Amino acid sequence: MLETTNSTPCAPPMIHIFSERCIGCKLCERACLFGGITVSGKTPMLTDQCTGCGVCITVCPKQALAAAEHKEVLQHSNLDAYRGILIIAEQREGVLHTVSCELTAAARQLADQRGTQVSAALLGQGISGLAERLVAHGADTVYIADAPFLQRYRTLPYSRILSSLIAELRPEIVLCGATTIGRDLAPRLANHFRTGLTADCTGLAIDRDGTLLQTRPAFGGNIMATITTPRHRPQMATVRPGVLQPQPVRSGSGVIVPLTVTEEPSDDAVQILKTMPKDKPAVSLEQAQVIVAGGRGLGDGKNFTLLQELAQVLNAEIGASRGAVDLGWIGHEHQVGQTGKTVRPKIYIACGISGAVQHLAGMQASDIIIAINNDPYAPIFQTAHFGLVGDVHVIVPELIHQLRQ
Amino acid sequence: MAPLQIIVTVKQVPDTTEVRIDPKTNSLIREGVPSIINPEDRHAIEAALCLKDQHGATVTALSMGPPQAAAVLEEALALGVDKAILLSDRVFAGSDTLVTAFTLSRAIMKQGAFDLILCGRQAIDGDTAQVGPQLAGFLGLPQVTYAEDISYADNVLTVRRRLEDCSEWVRVHLPALVTVCAGIRQLRYPSLYNLVAACAPDRIIRWTAQDLNVPASMLGFAASPTTVKKIFEPERNTRVEIIEGDPRTMVHQLIEKLRNLQAL
Repeated sequence: MLETTNSTPCAPPMIHIFSERCIGCKLCERACLFGGITVSGKTPMLTDQCTGCGVCITVCPKQALAAAEHKEVLQHSNLDAYRGILIIAEQREGVLHTVSCELTAAARQLADQRGTQVSAALLGQGISGLAERLVAHGADTVYIADAPFLQRYRTLPYSRILSSLIAELRPEIVLCGATTIGRDLAPRLANHFRTGLTADCTGLAIDRDGTLLQTRPAFGGNIMATITTPRHRPQMATVRPGVLQPQPVRSGSGVIVPLTVTEEPSDDAVQILKTMPKDKPAVSLEQAQVIVAGGRGLGDGKNFTLLQELAQVLNAEIGASRGAVDLGWIGHEHQVGQTGKTVRPKIYIACGISGAVQHLAGMQASDIIIAINNDPYAPIFQTAHFGLVGDVHVIVPELIHQLRQ
Repeated sequence: MAPLQIIVTVKQVPDTTEVRIDPKTNSLIREGVPSIINPEDRHAIEAALCLKDQHGATVTALSMGPPQAAAVLEEALALGVDKAILLSDRVFAGSDTLVTAFTLSRAIMKQGAFDLILCGRQAIDGDTAQVGPQLAGFLGLPQVTYAEDISYADNVLTVRRRLEDCSEWVRVHLPALVTVCAGIRQLRYPSLYNLVAACAPDRIIRWTAQDLNVPASMLGFAASPTTVKKIFEPERNTRVEIIEGDPRTMVHQLIEKLRNLQAL
């Protein structure tokens, strides 16, 4: 097993102590929410739990504590001590999420450029069989925590176990899927290490000094931003499922390392009472080869049945714009766009979708985009490969008719 | 029993759905984009006010932003929030999510005891969904994200979470932090009485970095681990081919073209 070290290598001391000024009043010790400082006699000492939040500084009556000098606060000491890339893999009910394979494959490419290693961590119950797939996608080492209390994702036990693994491994990069699990977990981990986190990246690259170039849409997908975490480690990012191109499976070899984990009382702060699958069969837009999507231009929620008919002919999934979802015409799980899902099918047929940038952000990587809209000035026509200006209620039935022949 | 103390974090954001692209220059038209209360923060306020209606609560809205962000707090007051705090200081500028969460955490410590913190799941200008969980981290609180329904009894919240493939019901003892999705609940309108009261000059408490007693080195751009290295316009396709004619011809041509591309 991995033993957790006593020091917290990722967090440099963020508080300066002037022992000669301390009067031993212990106000700092009492004020600290984390047990990050102890005072014995007249000597304050930071513990591993110190998060640098600075509460102790503000309560000290004698200015015996101060924020560490600017540089030290900002910079984790010795960035070179961090090596390798760690993927936080994800499973649900014993099934590995495709994003974990996508991330592992992407990490493999980045690691090869850096001449470094890829590790993956996977938590759950009865999941040892999944490790091989991560190896096949490029992981050199897979850390497995297999225990009943990890069966379903919960923030506190998962973040606790992964924090100590990260503290031990000191990876320079940690990547996580931008799923409901990853987006719950990653900020908690980044908070623990007081490091940077970039959400929902659509592109990852690495520069010569090992800085991760994290590109993501911002401002509702209207602009793209490349974000870096230059002075802190690990550099953390989440990536949406389906955004990175999956790589062919390789015949590599990897080491599988079981982690010994124990349950703690605090893990139960949030208890799962029950779960219920969504009524409708799961929509897997991310994996769809063809998507037929509708927007406000359909005029009425009932017209989605028309799209369903077209989808049936094309063996397609149904997508929707935020406008259509907000009107309650169709469920959230169908939403494509910056606030919905990111898709890249072979064919995307946008019916009555005007093409707000926030929608385009979710589908512009599709191979062939076909827009059907009666407004020739709709912005969707700037993104589409083929545009049909006309009434969706006439064109879609015609399309169904001709495709059936 | 003392009423629940609820804090709701709210952010003023540009209405990104109103942003248009200039077809000539292919660039973003930034002018004239209205500022609004972040939609999911509006749902967080609604959730807080529902708890207040059912169980009695004191609801405090907390925002960080430039002085004009007071507008979203006025809106919160008009909806029925009891107290509003605006964190506004030049040294807060350029805060990334980590430092934003840190700054909010210090304001929450300063304002006193609380039972529940409600945040919108994410803001439409950044879509990161990070500030809620990071705030929970700074305060050492359990978190429940993606909440679409919240009920309360005996210091315990039962929350329905909206996940990709299922709904999950969880229970958590207070204090805790919950992030709220745009959900099924109907949003209320401001009441005239509250609206008038919200406009009173002293309704919003304003705090600066000095009030939080945090050194500038721990705030804003300088303390933020992430840096924006580059901003650019997304690549837009300019190869659009408009297919013309009557519906039958258009569809026929489209199918022909797709067959030629071996897409069908």
